[in-house]
Amino acid sequence: MQKKKGMKYVGDSRIPAENRKPNVPKDYTEYPGKTEPFWPNFLLKEWLVGAVFLIGFLILTVSAEPPLEKMADPTDSSYIPMPDWYFLFLYQLLKYSYASNEFIIFGTVIIPGLAFGALLLAPFLDRGPERRPLKRPLATGFMMLAIASITYLTWEAAANHDWEKAKAQGQIPEASIDTEDEGYKIAEANGCISCHGSDLAGNGSNPSLIGTGLTAEEIADIARNGNGNMPAGLFTGSEEELKIMAEYLANLKEEGK
Amino acid sequence: MLNRIYNWVDERLDITPLWRDIADHEVPEHVNPAHHFSAFVYCFGGLTFFIVVIQILSGMFLAMYYVPDIENAWQSVYYLQYEVAYGKIIRSMHHWGASLAIVMMFLHMLRVFFQGAYKKPRELNWIVGVLIFFVMLGLGLTGYLLPWDMKALFATKVTLNIIESVPFIGEHLKVFIAGDSEIVGAQTITRFFAIHVFFLPAALLGLIALHFIMIRKQGISGPL
Ligand code: HEM
Repeated sequence: MQKKKGMKYVGDSRIPAENRKPNVPKDYTEYPGKTEPFWPNFLLKEWLVGAVFLIGFLILTVSAEPPLEKMADPTDSSYIPMPDWYFLFLYQLLKYSYASNEFIIFGTVIIPGLAFGALLLAPFLDRGPERRPLKRPLATGFMMLAIASITYLTWEAAANHDWEKAKAQGQIPEASIDTEDEGYKIAEANGCISCHGSDLAGNGSNPSLIGTGLTAEEIADIARNGNGNMPAGLFTGSEEELKIMAEYLANLKEEGK
Repeated sequence: MLNRIYNWVDERLDITPLWRDIADHEVPEHVNPAHHFSAFVYCFGGLTFFIVVIQILSGMFLAMYYVPDIENAWQSVYYLQYEVAYGKIIRSMHHWGASLAIVMMFLHMLRVFFQGAYKKPRELNWIVGVLIFFVMLGLGLTGYLLPWDMKALFATKVTLNIIESVPFIGEHLKVFIAGDSEIVGAQTITRFFAIHVFFLPAALLGLIALHFIMIRKQGISGPL
């Protein structure tokens, strides 16, 4: 077997193939108009478009917070459901009398089925050689009709939705910490919140002070003498203040648990 | 240096044909926005692909925290959003990216439709495109349940009722995707998770590969 630079094996490796392909770009001078190579000319411009798009997208993502409602509660029968916006038109369709109740299959199967079926088969329904929209009045007309219907149905669904109520019904209940309470103020003054958080809900490895299950006496003891990683002597107020704060913390209950 | 590495690999694996195939394809004047500004409509497909890539990457990071069960799903999303550094941005990317992908894909489809670019010989690629469209809607539908908050649960109940109303196969279909004929719960969330994270992305990547192979084979449609 001969040893040669650029050997190519063709299935049977005893037979060497000749001629490695040279790594040179194709010649586009014969093409009509201002054709350019994809690599690297066009790709550089495409990246520019991509970069502008990405910046716009990132601005959107940092400025608009993704919504999260409270944890699913199947027993809440008063909740008004709402699909994601791009399904609204299908959802709205089911609210019309000719597409609900005994006619429900019109709303769920027949109308969407015909529309999406026609979309799938468009190349076989619109078979003429013409490509310009105005020379294909039927295809263009039906697509315009579909866009108009989708827009109208989405609009109707959004207009008939009670956004205020929807916002309220999904809200995550806040653990109500009364920052005006004397006990909270004492905890604040003694620096408790710098580790346990201003909502007293803990922070990293520092535990939450809400719903600890400890008695006022136990809490008072920890405040004076420390516990685990928490050093002793952090609480510097009077006995009177310690009692008020410990009572306050012992009575904090977690909501909904 | 790079050239020497390239040559070293090429000598052994003959990668030049593969590389020239990727690099050498002509971009005609009528699709190049540098020559005709209105050609930006040809960017929609590429931008849709860009968002699909963003969705896959942000989704991989979400999966580092997300727990698909009814006890912990909501907690894990809450934790990611409010406790994890930059977690909110990752979730935000995946959330808004989903909507944007639908919008860009729709615009891309309208470009192809109004230009009649689905006509012979591109009928098959149009069909693959519509299948991609369905897969993307499926991804939106299954992903909406995963945070397991109120809107997720109740929107999914509505969807399952709609599926159930389909004649003959409706009830079987519902049990198949929800895991139970009545309960929307533990079974449903694991199924939706598997569909959202494994089944549909696999289908999507396969279809996108077909889409791109066909575009390279046929070239872009000519000017109107
Ligand atoms: C994830 C979704 C999709 C991606 C990433 C994608 C990507 C692309 C790209 C990059 C092109 C090249 C031309 C251009 O950018 O306009 C293209 C062309 C095309 N796409 Fe898509 N596409 C998607 C969805 C669709 C859908 C939903 C349809 C139709 C229902 C479709 C039908 C077509 C057709 C027929 C072509 C050839 C057009 C021509 O030659 O002028 N695609 N696609």
